Amino acid sequence: MEVPILKQGAVLIATFQAALSDADLNQLRMGLVQQVVKFRSRAVIVDVTAMDVMDSFASRTLREIAHMIRLRGAETVIVGIQPDVAFAMVQLGLTLEGVATALDLEEGLAYLTQKFKNID
Amino acid sequence: MAINSDQDIVTARQKGRALAIELGFSTGDATLIATSISELARNIVSYARKGEITLKIVHASSRQGITIIASDSGPGIRDIRQAMRDGFSTSGSLGLGLPGVRRLMDEFEIASEPGRGTIVTVKKWKL
Repeated sequence: MEVPILKQGAVLIATFQAALSDADLNQLRMGLVQQVVKFRSRAVIVDVTAMDVMDSFASRTLREIAHMIRLRGAETVIVGIQPDVAFAMVQLGLTLEGVATALDLEEGLAYLTQKFKNID
Repeated sequence: MAINSDQDIVTARQKGRALAIELGFSTGDATLIATSISELARNIVSYARKGEITLKIVHASSRQGITIIASDSGPGIRDIRQAMRDGFSTSGSLGLGLPGVRRLMDEFEIASEPGRGTIVTVKKWKL
């Protein structure tokens, strides 16, 4: 199942589906970085609202995506981690350290708007 | 359930969640169960390439629960104590799989013999 990537101005929005396999996640990692380069995007929002499980592999892939995109000079915000999923992640010991998170898409966009305002 | 590919990991955890909800587990506990299945199934794919996940309903005097059995005939684990430590991994992963699953579930047992395979049995009781 491929992850749709939407372009909205300088921001790319990737929306995760519930049943993502490891192969899908790896494909997304490459796809996102390529699109950030292609569109000269300044930020990426990864919406994980639909994800029912965030295990160690998914979490590591998200962190890698964020770090790769940072190396391109762009920002990544993970939005929509569900309460149950957050609870399981903490129990597992997954932290997503160094990656920005926001409640939902709206908050994520607000965070980026604020951030870019400060840069300009 | 046979576990041979990363797609099987997704199927196994979806079945686990469905069974947990059917048994009346909270969505929070169902997420813990699904996450544990995901980690155990991934260990099978990463280290043994193929194996099996079995889900069982267990009854005790006054409570009900789910048992997950993850078994494979892979290389086995040489040092189980080391494998149970946070951050230890021989595959380049985060090394949170087994110790993490122990934290997510109520009961945890592991048996492994180098060259013969590994069986991990975990239980979650319904509150």
